[in-house]
Amino acid sequence: MSIRILYFARLREDMGIAGEMFDLPTVTCDVKSLRAQLIARGGASSAALGQGKAVRVSVNQDLARDDTPVKAGDEVAFFPPVTGG
Amino acid sequence: MTVRVQQEDFDIGAEIAAFRSADPGIGAIASFIGLVRDVNKGDAVAGMTLEHYPGMTEKALARIIAEAKDRWHIIDALVIHRVGELKPLDQIVLVVVTGAHRGEAFAACEFIMDYLKTQAPFWKKEQTPQGARWVEARASDDQAAERWSESRTK
Repeated sequence: MSIRILYFARLREDMGIAGEMFDLPTVTCDVKSLRAQLIARGGASSAALGQGKAVRVSVNQDLARDDTPVKAGDEVAFFPPVTGG
Repeated sequence: MTVRVQQEDFDIGAEIAAFRSADPGIGAIASFIGLVRDVNKGDAVAGMTLEHYPGMTEKALARIIAEAKDRWHIIDALVIHRVGELKPLDQIVLVVVTGAHRGEAFAACEFIMDYLKTQAPFWKKEQTPQGARWVEARASDDQAAERWSESRTK
């Protein structure tokens, strides 16, 4: 029941890794609960993703919201608001 | 539609010439070129690194063009966006919109840039005398994109 997590830009630097595999404790969850599980690990995860941090999330390369479902095999990315152009 | 994310520079004239090909139905071409400035928020900028999310970035740009084609009577649109190390004077992004008439081409071009700024996953890190820093997203960019939020059909 694992998912692939990617981090970009400032979040990649704050996490100290570009990505990781993460085991979901339940078969399905959503973006909000996934983020809470990551923050609960403490350390860099809490500092990078915690309250007050401007974080955008995508699931399988589509922009996601708090209630977007996350299931085994998904690719979930966390990143700051975008600044291209 | 054409979407390219690349490290190499682009030749505006050659890109427009290739994109319009020989379509005599095109009466107007609107374009936008974004450039690296040497100053931001009062600090000198020596250069910047542009990062993207391979796969999602191309998908997001294609979706933005598709939406522009749904909203306006345009013929086609091209977006080229550079990534990697860039310095002041360098070109960052090119948007080209072809259409029968200028009004719809202008509007679609501005829409594509406004949505690119707020939805396409690119991030800039700039080098200043105080060190490297991630560029912060601007509220004015969100406001610019919101202008288009009212649904529009052609």
